[in-house]
Order: sequence, then C-alpha cells, then structure tokens
Amino acid sequence: MTGSSQGVGDPDAILEVRNISLSFQGIKAITDLSFNVQRREICALIGPNGAGKSSLLNVVNGVYTPDSGEILYGDETFRKLKPLDAARRGIGRTFQNNALFKKMSVRDNIMTGLSRHSRTNFIEHALRLPRARREEIDFTQRSEDVLEFLDLRAHRHTPVGSLAYGVQKRVELGRALVSDPTLLLLDEPMAGMNAQEKAEMAAFIKDINQHLGITIVLIEHDVSVIMNLSDHVVVLDYGRKVGDGTPAEVRANPEVIAAYLGATH
Amino acid sequence: MTDTTLTLDRNTSQPILIRERKSGQHWLWLLLAGAYLALPAIGNEYWLNAIVVPFLILSLAGIGLNILTGYAGQTSLGSGGFMAVGAFATYAFLLHLQLTFPVALFLGGVIAALVGFLFGLPSAKIKGFYLMVTSLAAQFFLEWLFLKVPWFYNYSSSATISAPRLDAFGINLSNSLGKYYLVLTVVAVLTWVAVNLVRSQTGRNWMAVRDMDTAAAVAGIRINHSKILAFAISSFYLGVAGALWTFAYLGSAGVQSFGLSRSFQILFIIIIGGLGSISGCFIGAAFISLLPLALDVIAQTLFAGRVDAGLLQNIQKAIFGALIIWFLIKEPDGMARLISNWRSRLSIWPLRF
Repeated sequence: MTGSSQGVGDPDAILEVRNISLSFQGIKAITDLSFNVQRREICALIGPNGAGKSSLLNVVNGVYTPDSGEILYGDETFRKLKPLDAARRGIGRTFQNNALFKKMSVRDNIMTGLSRHSRTNFIEHALRLPRARREEIDFTQRSEDVLEFLDLRAHRHTPVGSLAYGVQKRVELGRALVSDPTLLLLDEPMAGMNAQEKAEMAAFIKDINQHLGITIVLIEHDVSVIMNLSDHVVVLDYGRKVGDGTPAEVRANPEVIAAYLGATH
Repeated sequence: MTDTTLTLDRNTSQPILIRERKSGQHWLWLLLAGAYLALPAIGNEYWLNAIVVPFLILSLAGIGLNILTGYAGQTSLGSGGFMAVGAFATYAFLLHLQLTFPVALFLGGVIAALVGFLFGLPSAKIKGFYLMVTSLAAQFFLEWLFLKVPWFYNYSSSATISAPRLDAFGINLSNSLGKYYLVLTVVAVLTWVAVNLVRSQTGRNWMAVRDMDTAAAVAGIRINHSKILAFAISSFYLGVAGALWTFAYLGSAGVQSFGLSRSFQILFIIIIGGLGSISGCFIGAAFISLLPLALDVIAQTLFAGRVDAGLLQNIQKAIFGALIIWFLIKEPDGMARLISNWRSRLSIWPLRF
C-alpha cells in the first residue's frame, strides 16, 4: 500500500480520482479518468453498459488495481488499495449482483459489517467475557437500528438466500451502512426493482445522505431517479469522462446526449 | 434457539410487538443433569465405556471439524492427524512434566492448535479441493511422524502410548465412572465454548468467509485471519478429542487409531449431522456409533447363525455408505435440519398447508 498524506487538491473533496487508467489484458476499461467527489454529496456515475462504471467503483475500493493514476481518499493517496483496507477506512460498498452471505440470516449478514468496529478477540468471544457480551449487545442494537431504518425487521431471522431480490438489495445496503462508512459506493442499488421499490430505495439513499452525512457515489441507469437524487453527475462512455457537473448541466451537454441517445454524427 | 412470536397489540402506537423467546434451554439443562446424575445410575459399565464415552468424544471431534468445514468453509481430511497430535502431545506432558491430566489435556490441545495453525497457512492461497489435498498431506505426514520417531511413544516396542496415570488435581479418574465424568465435563465445557464462538463476531466472520470470501473482505472482515483461526481452534478440539480417545476410551493407542479412516469418520459425522450445526455433531456421532449396534442387533435376531459374520459387517458398511449418499442428495444440511423441519411441521400441525 502506498498511503501518504499530500494535502493537495480540492479541500472539500473526500474522494479524488486522478488520471486513472485500467485495462484487462490489453482491453482498455478506463482511460485517464479524473473527477472529484465533494464531502456529503450524492454523485451519480452514468453511462451505457460497458462504460467502465463498475470497474471504477472496483478501483476505488481496491477490488481492481489501476494501471496508472491514483486515488485520494480523506488525506491519503493510494495507487493500490486492498478491499479490506478500504473497508477499514470507511468505504462501504454494494454490488450490482448482490454479494451477500446466503446461508446467514439477515441480521447476521448486517452484523458482519461491524467487523471493523470489533475490539474483542476470539478468547473473549469463546468465554463470553464481559467485554464481548457488551460488544455483542451494542452490535445487536446497531444492527436492529439499521433493520428498522431499512424496514427489514420482519426478515431479521430469515436466511438471505430465500429473500426476494429487492429485499436482498436492502440487506446489502444495510451491511454497508451499519459499518458507519464515510463513503458509500452503490452499484445499481435499484436494478431490477419496480417503480415503488425504486422510490423507496431513493428515499433511503436520500435519508442516508442527509441525516447521516454520508457521501454517496452511485451507479444508476434510470435518468429520472438520477436527476432527482444526485447533486453531481459524472458521465462515462467507453471508459472516458464525457460529462461532469450538476444534473442540469449534464442534461444540456451535447456530448452526453450523443453518448446516451446515439445521436447521428 | 430463538423463536419469534408476533402478537398484535392495539393499545400502543407500535402495531406489532416482536418478542424473542429463548426456547430449548431448559431442555439442555435437563439433558445435562440427566447425563451427570441419571445415566451413571441406570447405565451399566459397558454402556458408559463402550457406547457413551466414544459417542461423546466423536461428537467433540465433530465439533472440531464442523468449526473448520461447516462454519468457516475450509475442507479438511486431516482430522485424524490432528487428533494424533493431541494424543501424543498430551502423552508427552503427562510423561515428561508429570502434569495432572486436565492440564496436560489442555496443553495437548494447544500443541494441536499450533500444528493446525501451521497447516492452515496455505489456506490463504489455496481453496476447496486443492486445500483438501493439502490437508491429506498433513494427515500422511503426521501419521508418518508418530510412527517413525520413537520419542513420541517413549520407545515402546508396540509403538503405542498409554496414560501413566489418570487424575485431575489428585482425584483418581482411572475407573470407568471417573473416565465418564472426565469426558462428559470436557465435552460439556467445550460445547459451550463452541456455541459461544459460532454465535459471536468470530463465528459470523467464519460463515461470511464460507459463503463468499470476496464479499467478506469488502465488508471489512480479515479473511486470512479468520481462516487460520478456524484451523487452530478446530485442531484444538480435535487434539483434545484425540487425547480423550486414547486415554479415556481406548486406554492405549498407536497412530493407527488416527488414520485416514478416522478422518473420514469425523467427516461423515458432520455431513450426516449437519454442516454448520453444533447439535448436528451430536446427532451425527450418535448415528455413527449407534447405527452399527442397531444393525448388529437386527442382524443377530433375524439371521442369527445363518449368515456369515464377516458378510454382515460388510453389509453394515454398505448400508452406511448408502445412507451417506442419501443424505448428500436429500438433505445436504443433515439430520439437524431434518429434525428442525419435523419440529416446525409438528408445531403447525394440523395446518399443514
């Protein structure tokens, strides 16, 4: 890991993506991409399929290592970050195709998100020593709060694998949320949902952003959802940035219209 | 086990009151009281020493492997080897340091845990089938070690070890009742510890690694730490089980008591009982130790003298294998799940549909 503090750039930015390039066996997924995410904003990444949106999230939380470029998060600069280190620094993440622990109950899934806050060791767990018991009560309470917030209490003891897709998406959001993240990366949190479920999820995201002050970077395809929800939109096409600004600015950008609507050249 | 009961409460603003009730705990205490008080009174010496003691020790070994395989999702065929480490290490502590048996037993388990830790290190890089092959290497290496290095069995001509004495802080445990109480106490305490572990953050981390290890890292779980901890704790249990098997059940044993067939036996216990279930270890061990007896009784009454005894033994093995295949197909979650399904079906009877 190459963490170093260089207080350069935008002081209000919590995340700076700087000249990131990523390729898979010679095929370029992301080319020289740079943008900033301000503290406490909702930033939407949009673009056609294969534009490199998920790959970018994977670079930010260390699932992929970029060929070049760096990520500034908080006051550290990274070339290469591991997913575990990203999680321990407060970067929460959900995936496009849910990455949940299928045989575990909803509440246990959510409680796994608290690992980075655990201060007890296995001997304390084994013998149920007072510190471990207190932590377990605390963790259970924190998970119950998240279950209540996301309207999941009725499912708390259900194995996640037997739940509907939309509910699983909420569980995954809960697992990321319970860890008290600073930055939340949501990969298509509304994929495969009907209009009502989408509206509910959008309300949850808005709440998380406004009341908990968590910065959110999300990928979404539904343009009306994005226009209502986000403060900042970054548009990708073929791994390049083609638009960056407020939703209104981006909507008026001819290059974005070309990328999205396939305007005739 | 927790049950959730939903009741409609119209008097408060909260429409649904959810109450969690711990059930089954009084049954556990009753079972324990029965094991401590009633069983020695009603059971004869043969029952205690030849059936109950091995059943308890096999349950303990099952818990050990289940922690590793059922909870943390790491496959292993080295159970027998780790049992041998526990047995031979306990023997060394008894012989050379003249420790009292419970202390020697605990330290024997710790040595087994260290060996488990070492053989668990490759799990950071190797998964699934390949990891199983690594554990097979551990099994064969440990078998070889305890046969080829005479120091481990104190240069005895039979290459076997037996306890110089069996006492706990001055109390003599070498009679059959003493051995029974020793085994029962160790198994009860370690079962309690295992239940604590699997219900804690440690246990949830294991299950997360088992279900999806890449997601576990993203959720902030230290994957390698979790896996290697599972190897060490699992080996501790197996080591203690191996020492009890040698000194409290067999009396004297060599490394051939902890061969690959022992590893398979422990694996069958957790498959039949249920992967990822502590109670399943006891159910699986009961099944494995009682089924041969039951088949024996049936065979004796039906075909007494008419069928060759060797043939009967082979038929037993065939029935055994068939049952394991049946379980793998019909109920991959084992008998523990089967029983809990029956229970929940019974609790809503007659509203079956």
